[in-house]
Amino acid sequence: MSGAVPQRRGLLLAFVAVAIVVLAAFPHIAATYYVTLVLPAFAYAIALLGFNLLFGTTGLLSFGHALFVAIGAYCAAVLSSRVGVKSLELILLASSVAAVVAALPVALLSVRYVRIFFGILTLAFGMLFHSFLFKFYDLTGGDTGIRVLRPTILGMDFKELDKTAFLIGPFYYACLLLAVVLGVVMWRVVHSPFGLHLAAIRENPIKAEYLGVRVRRFRLLAFLISAFYCAIGGVILAVNTGQADPELAYWTHSGELVFMTVLGGFASFFGPVVGAFTFVFLKSELMGLTQYWRFCLGATLAVIVIVFPRGLMGLAKDASRKAAKR
Amino acid sequence: MTAFFDVLLGGVFHASVLFLVAAGLQLVFGVQRIVNLACGSFYALGAFFGITAVNWSIARGAPPWTFLPVLVIAGIVLGAIGPAIELLLRTVYKRDEAFQLLLTFALVLMFQDVLRFFWGANPQQLGNLSMSYGKVAIGAVSFPTYNVLVMAASVAIAVGLGLFLSRSRYGRILRATAENREMAEALGADVRWIYASVFTLGTMLGTVGGALVVPTSAASLDMPVELVVEAFAVVVIGGLGSMRGALVGALIVGLTRAAAISFYAELEVLAIYVMVIAVLVARPAGLFGKPVE
Repeated sequence: MSGAVPQRRGLLLAFVAVAIVVLAAFPHIAATYYVTLVLPAFAYAIALLGFNLLFGTTGLLSFGHALFVAIGAYCAAVLSSRVGVKSLELILLASSVAAVVAALPVALLSVRYVRIFFGILTLAFGMLFHSFLFKFYDLTGGDTGIRVLRPTILGMDFKELDKTAFLIGPFYYACLLLAVVLGVVMWRVVHSPFGLHLAAIRENPIKAEYLGVRVRRFRLLAFLISAFYCAIGGVILAVNTGQADPELAYWTHSGELVFMTVLGGFASFFGPVVGAFTFVFLKSELMGLTQYWRFCLGATLAVIVIVFPRGLMGLAKDASRKAAKR
Repeated sequence: MTAFFDVLLGGVFHASVLFLVAAGLQLVFGVQRIVNLACGSFYALGAFFGITAVNWSIARGAPPWTFLPVLVIAGIVLGAIGPAIELLLRTVYKRDEAFQLLLTFALVLMFQDVLRFFWGANPQQLGNLSMSYGKVAIGAVSFPTYNVLVMAASVAIAVGLGLFLSRSRYGRILRATAENREMAEALGADVRWIYASVFTLGTMLGTVGGALVVPTSAASLDMPVELVVEAFAVVVIGGLGSMRGALVGALIVGLTRAAAISFYAELEVLAIYVMVIAVLVARPAGLFGKPVE
């Protein structure tokens, strides 16, 4: 990731540009089913970019970030079907504000801990929210959740398009735009002095503290930013499925977030994005192949953890290094 | 008054099962420093396997009252999967906690389908066997004898485990290893054997817990992930790695849940987690845990 190797950064930029072009052309070249799969992949990519600021960059493993994905989803649901706010921009804005506000007390308590305790405490908060969503039927719709109505984009309601056409048309490009913009912002954040502070905290919190880094405050900020990204991802997920349900906040969903991040490679900036796309497509393929897809996913995760802890991006880096030597 | 006793007995019954699973979690965390998300999967495995074992033994002509010993034996036999899983975990002992946690999460996913493969997606029950032991009545309050037996078994296991860990030679070596692995190894403790046996013991506590609970409630595929949440609450309230903590934590969680269910059902899990967060804010290391960082 270092900027000291301009050649590699050029290569990276080229890769990213190609990926964006391919994604932009995707609705026109691929079957509808695959295009609809890209939407959750966008959602997870955005959520994980934020999640990995906390995990990969700052070194805090949260097992409860599905909480913020659920907040985004439920905001979209409540605003669109109860309040009557249809504008996607307003929904995104409100969700991110709600997520950051909710994240503040959670973060204030959680960042007092590190390592396993941080993980367990965030898991506790996630489950707290899940049981609220699950049990308070009148407010949250209980286990069926709340429907999410089709939003308008920049004031246009696209009434002439059916549901799928809307999702793989205007909404797809809105998500692509969001992913690119938020990706660029995250790149700037990670490579800013702020991001370097976070990395210093990950490497050695005590030393960082001696050097004048206000460790807790920086962890707190990283937590809030990650919550913001997760909420945006949540909105996309909810609009895509048309439903916000409590499973979004369940701890196994948080586990899937970690799974995707490690699958792609948490040590690399684009690892989470690669992980999100791979996971979504892998899961859908496995679900088509066998009813025992969970076992296959679990086995994949075990292999990644044991044999390739640096994930797919780590593999790619090793391969490119080998090619360069030759 | 009756409601009070219902809550008390129901809570303590739940606590005694939770204690077994949490004790397994604590044992493994105390020695191997791994938080095992798959403890709930062992519990569910014990429950399903217990049903199969009891049905099998009754079909072979065993009298119905033998179902309790059959369940216990089934749980203990299932502990045999412990060494195999420990072998898998061995690959990540020296890695970051994130990887250890994720590997046990991978186990959760895999066991979910192992259960589905052997027992199908529908919940399974053991019928009315638990009532064949009759009821105990104290004044106006009556309570199934089976539940009393389970509580007694759990207390016996708690006492036995406590004596075993504090008095026996193996227990001393085990605690020494938990305290300082390198030192114990340098002094000649066979750490590999200790890790394998501790993990097996932890697994067994989970599978026996699951087997004991199944006569009173159905075994379902949601069991593993739901139980983990409660077991986590227990160990966090009690303090990670502490056996006494597991006991007190299990009682707190069991009673809180029972009280919440009978007075205001919406609060069931919510109440437990409010408790968890309150404890963590007031006493970061839990009630009996060692201080963290």
